[in-house]
Amino acid sequence: MAAKTLTIDGKSITAEEGATVLQVAEEAGIKIPTLCHLEGIYDVGACRLCLVEVVGVPKLLPACATKVAEGMEINTDSERLRKYRRMTLELLFAERNHVCAVCVSNGHCELQTMAYSLGMDHVRYEYLFPKWGVDTTQRLFGMDHNRCILCTRCVRVCWHIEGAGTKNVSGRGTKSHIITDLNMPWGESVSCTQCGKCVQACPTGALFHKGSTAGEMERDRGKLEFLVTAREKHQWVVAV
Amino acid sequence: MSKRIVIDPVTRIEGHAKISIYVDDAGHVSDAEFHVVEFRGFEKFCEGRPFAEMPAITPRICGICPVSHLLASAKAGDAIMAVNIPPTADKLRRLMNLGQMVQSHALSFFHLSAPDFLLGWDTPQPQRNVFGIIASNKDLARAGIRLRQFGQEVIEILGGRKVHPSWAVPGGVRSPLSVEGRERIRLWLPEAYATTEAALNLWKKTMETHQREIQIFGNFPSLFMGLVAEDGTWEHHGGKLRFTDSSGSIIADQVDPQKYHEVIGESVQNSSYLKSPYYLPLGFPAGIYRVGPLARLNVCQRMGVPKADAELKTFKMMGRGAVTSSFLYHYARLIEILASLEYIERSMDDPEILGDYLRADAGINSLRGVGASEAPRGTLFHDYTVDRNGLLEKVNLIVATGQNNLAMNQTVAQIARHYINGSQQIPEPLLNRVEHGIRCYDPCLSCSTHAVGQMPMRVQLIGAGGKVLDELTRG
Ligand code: SF4
Ligand code: SF4
Ligand code: FES
Repeated sequence: MAAKTLTIDGKSITAEEGATVLQVAEEAGIKIPTLCHLEGIYDVGACRLCLVEVVGVPKLLPACATKVAEGMEINTDSERLRKYRRMTLELLFAERNHVCAVCVSNGHCELQTMAYSLGMDHVRYEYLFPKWGVDTTQRLFGMDHNRCILCTRCVRVCWHIEGAGTKNVSGRGTKSHIITDLNMPWGESVSCTQCGKCVQACPTGALFHKGSTAGEMERDRGKLEFLVTAREKHQWVVAV
Repeated sequence: MSKRIVIDPVTRIEGHAKISIYVDDAGHVSDAEFHVVEFRGFEKFCEGRPFAEMPAITPRICGICPVSHLLASAKAGDAIMAVNIPPTADKLRRLMNLGQMVQSHALSFFHLSAPDFLLGWDTPQPQRNVFGIIASNKDLARAGIRLRQFGQEVIEILGGRKVHPSWAVPGGVRSPLSVEGRERIRLWLPEAYATTEAALNLWKKTMETHQREIQIFGNFPSLFMGLVAEDGTWEHHGGKLRFTDSSGSIIADQVDPQKYHEVIGESVQNSSYLKSPYYLPLGFPAGIYRVGPLARLNVCQRMGVPKADAELKTFKMMGRGAVTSSFLYHYARLIEILASLEYIERSMDDPEILGDYLRADAGINSLRGVGASEAPRGTLFHDYTVDRNGLLEKVNLIVATGQNNLAMNQTVAQIARHYINGSQQIPEPLLNRVEHGIRCYDPCLSCSTHAVGQMPMRVQLIGAGGKVLDELTRG
């Protein structure tokens, strides 16, 4: 595989062909904020939080879904990027109903952590206050659409790792939402194997173990990575 | 001409209050009303949410007694799961409730009420506060603050945070008591006892000089309600409901809180956002009852701990049958602090208190669950109806201040009657006394105003002879 040379934030880097900007940046110790990206599954560029500037390209590109190319000059941090990231985050909050103080993920939520770290202290957009329900028909897990950011991690782990294909996205725009099978209560799904991988993958409090109370949902993402590595590389690596 | 005199706002009550005193042509007080003008639609807000979230949501109803809502909510959850929680969890919840009793009663007595009877009614407003006490009685003020801190410390040792701990959950509690935590509580007890005893001595002197207040600050017959143990001992978290009348006779006993709606009716009044509960068999408003420290001491036979039992004897002698003066809420509060300390002390030596089996697990086994617990201000009910998946369909909360609302109205009217006599003005001393009359109940305003669907509002124009000339009603 041919090697590519490029610069990220002025640092020159050699990368393998086919690698994404996000992967390369991470290896070089440069942190790019992400939400829909999850180690172990393919990227879809859904959240737009990882946007970076590439010199010569007028639009911003998602680092997780952009492959490296020879001579690329990438900036991961600028006034413009910070502005866009904050905007994206604020829109995520305005789109659904997030009440962190009583949320099962309070204190362990990637969205919340991101909001803190990007200095989001208020939301400039009008909240939509949509009426979304909670699906607690499943015996073990619950889904609260009010807290979903449509990152589709759950859909991807369900199709790609578990191979059940239970979770899907339905609807457009603000009506988009995660569905189970052909839009039925989760408890009635015939394809769901109750493996709980979607629950492990979810970055927010949208998917949870039933009966969890405020701040009780902590996830172990390592499990998903472990499974993928075991299957694809036939290596059973246990992180300690 | 009928004149409506409005005192607004009553200071030093957390939240807002509005009082109307109605006088007739001759200037005699005909009636009084204590309006609650806040609005928080918690009951609606909760609908559709999983019931397990409630112990985190409901403490936010009211910053004044979050612990009480937390515990009642967790208990309602237990009832929906139809589980018996592990014994240690029950003991720890009780310990937290006792801590809450101490801190809340200490706040009420030392900060909010003592300024009135220590500094006198006619001390000008600027000095009639806790700073006034500090200036006049440094040691007592400091000890009072420390006693409150002790109660808060108990809560914090268990729940981790002073305010809004989401520590109790349906099925039990989330974390145990550590040995270190227990020792911290134990070490503080002697000082807490000393302060409580000093306060009791002071209170006894106050009673000698305040006979008039005992007579007119809400001294009237009514029913009393509270939780009691099976043998009639004082309860604060378990037990069943008992009603007594002003002669001290038991009129209903061992009513399972799950069936509170068989003995308690709720009247919705247009003039207030509060629901006024009443004893159902007697109807409204004849079924008026009081809750809280005075009521709990009236309905129980004994405190179950020696020091408080000795005080209870003295207390019981202050009434023929029941003790009917709301001014004696203060005394009851001190006795409850004492009892709480004794129960806390007792639990320190219970080997089960340090246990780590804390949480029972179950699904939805009952579609309705009621959690009742004695909040410092009185019996608190959380009544949840869920669907088969545990999502809330209906939430009904009955809070202490709502239950005492009618008694507060009567108290205000009684005091006003003694001070407004033919006059068309309210002198400053009356204001102070009316304020205090309400403060006897230690109301927690922000939490007594949950919505009944919509915000009811009524604007009345009252003319000569109390005739309503114009009226606007909404909701
Ligand atoms: S999902 Fe995250 S951001 Fe949303 S309410 Fe829960 S903790 Fe807050
Ligand atoms: S449920 Fe969770 S994982 Fe699935 S799309 Fe929503 S936020 Fe992402
Ligand atoms: S992480 Fe790249 S678009 Fe979400």
